[in-house]
Formats: sequence, C-alpha cells, structure tokens
Amino acid sequence: MSLKKDLISIKDLTKSDIYSFIETAKEFKKISLKDIKKVPTLRGKTVINLFYEPSTRTRSSFEIAQKRLSADSLNIAISQSSVTKGETLKDTILNLESMKPDAFVIRHHESGAPYFISKITKASVINAGDGINEHPTQTLLDIMTVMEEKKDISSLKVAIIGDISHSRVARSDIFGLSMLGADIYIYGPYSLLPVTGFKDIPNVRIAKGFKEAVKNADVIIMLRIQKERAGYHFIPSIEEYRNFFKLTPELLSLASKGVMVLHPGPVNRDVEISGSIINRDKTFIFKQVENGIAVRMACLYMLLGVQKSLEPDI
Amino acid sequence: MEEVLLFDNFATKEILLGLTDDILREPLDFNNVSIIGIKEGGVPIAGFIRDEIKKKFGILCETGFIDMTLYRDDPFNVKKSVGSTELSFDVNGKIVILVDDVIMSGRTVRAAIDQIFDFGRPQSIKLAVFIDKGGRELPICPDFTGKKVRAAKKEIIYVNIEGKEKSVKKVIKK
Repeated sequence: MSLKKDLISIKDLTKSDIYSFIETAKEFKKISLKDIKKVPTLRGKTVINLFYEPSTRTRSSFEIAQKRLSADSLNIAISQSSVTKGETLKDTILNLESMKPDAFVIRHHESGAPYFISKITKASVINAGDGINEHPTQTLLDIMTVMEEKKDISSLKVAIIGDISHSRVARSDIFGLSMLGADIYIYGPYSLLPVTGFKDIPNVRIAKGFKEAVKNADVIIMLRIQKERAGYHFIPSIEEYRNFFKLTPELLSLASKGVMVLHPGPVNRDVEISGSIINRDKTFIFKQVENGIAVRMACLYMLLGVQKSLEPDI
Repeated sequence: MEEVLLFDNFATKEILLGLTDDILREPLDFNNVSIIGIKEGGVPIAGFIRDEIKKKFGILCETGFIDMTLYRDDPFNVKKSVGSTELSFDVNGKIVILVDDVIMSGRTVRAAIDQIFDFGRPQSIKLAVFIDKGGRELPICPDFTGKKVRAAKKEIIYVNIEGKEKSVKKVIKK
C-alpha cells in the first residue's frame, strides 16, 4: 500500500488503495447498525475538525465517524475563532499543533489549503473539501455506494452534470472513477465546463447535450451551482438553468434501467434535479450519506495506522 | 526459519476429538449454547464443535465469527486489515463458547470478550482453545484446552485442521 499519513487528493491513491478504503469501510458500516455504535479503536486520539466553510453533511459525518471510533473530537467554528481577529492559517495550525492532535480534518475555501497544512504538521490531514480542488472522501463514498449496486465499475457509463468547473466533487469523482475504468461524460453550461477539459484522461469526454450524457448511463451524478464560488455569474439566470440543465423524469428515462442518481448535497430542488425524482426515492442520496460515515471511519483508522507505522521503533 | 511438526494428521484429530469430548461432557444447557470462533484460526474449530454437538445431541447451535482487530489494545501495531465480524444472532442470555486455535498472552481473548459485550450480555462465556502455548500476560484461563505446548514467544504455532492432512507445526523465526 502506498498510503501516506494524509488524504489530500484522490490522485495520491492507487486503485488498490481505493479498494482497501472501500473494503475497510464495509466493515465499519456494520458498526453503525449495532445497538452499541462504538468501537474503542481510536481511544485517546484527538481529531480537530477545522471548517472554514459551512457544512452540514461532511462535518457531522466526520464528527460521528470520530465518535464511533472513540476518538476525541474538537470542532472549531471559524466564525467564533481568532481567525476573525486576523490570525493566519499557518499560525492557527501551529498553535493547534501544540495541543498535540493526531489528525486534522480540513475544509477550506482556498484550493490547496489542506496540502499546505499537511506540510507543517505531524498529524494526519484529511481534506474535507478545498476550494475548487478536491473532495476525496466524497469520491470514496460515491464509489462505495456505486459498488454496492454494481459489481464492476470499469464497465459503467457515468454522467456528471452541472457546474463542473467549480465543483471539487466533480474533480475528485472524475479522477477516482476514471482510475477505476468508468467511462465518464461530463455536461453542463458551456461557461461552467473546464476550459481545458480533462484531456489527459482518456475515458473522460464532454457530452454535446444532456441526452447524450444520460443516454444508457448507469450512474448520474448531479451537481449544484456553486453559489459561494460565483457560479451564478456564469449563467444568464436560474430559470434558464432550470430549463436546460435540470434532471427531469423524462431525461432520466433515457438512462439504463438500473440507473443510480447520486448527488453530493446540498440539493437545490427543482434547479438541478426535479423534486419528484427525490420524492419517489429514485436517488441514492441518503445511501451516500450513510456510507459517508463508514468511509470517514475507514479514512481515520487507516491514516492513523500509517502515522503509527512511520514512528521510529523503540 | 525452522519448521517443526508437533502433531501429525492422526494426533491432531485426536486432540480435536479430545477437546470436543471435554465440551460435550460439560453439564451445559446446549439448547442455549452459541459458539463464536475468533478469526481466522477459531473458525474451523468452532465449526467442528458445532457439528459434534449436533451429532451427539441433535441440537444445532448458533455459530458466529468475530474479528477483534478494532478492539486490540494495540490497534495499529499489527499490519492487518479489518476482517468481517458475523454475529447474526442475539447473544443476550446465551452461554457462549468462545473458540480460538492458539492462546498465548490472552490479549486476543480479552479483546474478543469486550467485542461480544458490545453485542449484548451473555449469561456466561466459556473459552475453548486448541493449543495453549503458555506465556499469559493477562489473568485469562481456558475452560477447555486441546493440548498444552511449550513454546517461546517468538515461536509461532500453526494449526491446520481444515485440510485432509491436519497438522500442528511450530515455526521458529530466526
């Protein structure tokens, strides 16, 4: 295994790393189904959750993962912290580092912040989403969710639709799913597609229309317009987006029979996806959330294990 | 690395039958007995005990398997991936026969007992081991022992009872 102490990018992982994360996560999923939803594995480990951006799912998912592994977790609300008094990211981390944490979970609006932090701390760093760069644990949970339904990812057609250029989920998913051999079709408003595309990845192509993207697709990943990253400035209006880029039951009927609709959340109902598709239980959104906890437990367990193995033998 | 055959096919079978005989002779309410094998070594032995109870009393005991990796007192010191725990029955109020192939320090058994308690509160837990190689580090004592063997900490005992040619080997790492 080529794992490092940190999980910053899906690109740092090999195929077999991804599979071992998923295999471990499968076992951790069972813990959440027990009466006593806790194992003592990370007893005495301290994990700091540092979220510079709002989050419901990822943040609570990481916190629950830590609690189910018996780690002590500390949540720092940036709006209540010294960051508002002008402390730099580096100083914040160096100060927290003195409190001897074993891991940091970082969400930051700047791409590359978790990488920067990983270089100045001995603790493991998990990227919980950085700017428009990556969101690796989301990709791992997406892969886990797909693998529960479909045996072989390499034979799948995956459509990723929406604000591709500002979406870290899209980037991580494209890297991860293409590594496992899936054929990926991306589609969205022209202004929200990556300028250079993903030319270096052979099994990724930009679809010419919504229908081409979803036709016979086995997995459809819908993304929201990234309001906080000025996504709305790239489209004429929400009305227009709704008319041309919303996944409707009609479009969905073009996909393959057992199609899985995924969405990383939060969903803007009836903007990127018809509310009726969610209401009729056609999506795997809640399965994704459930698997998110298991995947994050696996990440914490495996990365802290790597950290331990890096220590000199006494 | 030096390998020594401790028990051949015949002797291994004898030990296995001796161990199950001890269990069968115990005045237990076998209707309320569940068998839990500690992975991986305890799994085939647990299966064997279940089959023998079935043969003698006609009772099919519920059988499960646990992987205690997450309950170790040194969770990261052993390079091992997390295995699957399969306990599909309710352990509350059961007489659990906990089965492992080799006992040494007793730490594995401690972890396994802790794990069982996260599934419920059994009436009692009895420990059955195939080989006791001594060297206990915790106050844990098997109720049923197949055979006691003298071996140092770094001498590893391999129990093979799955194949046709059953054997117990001692491997001395140099």
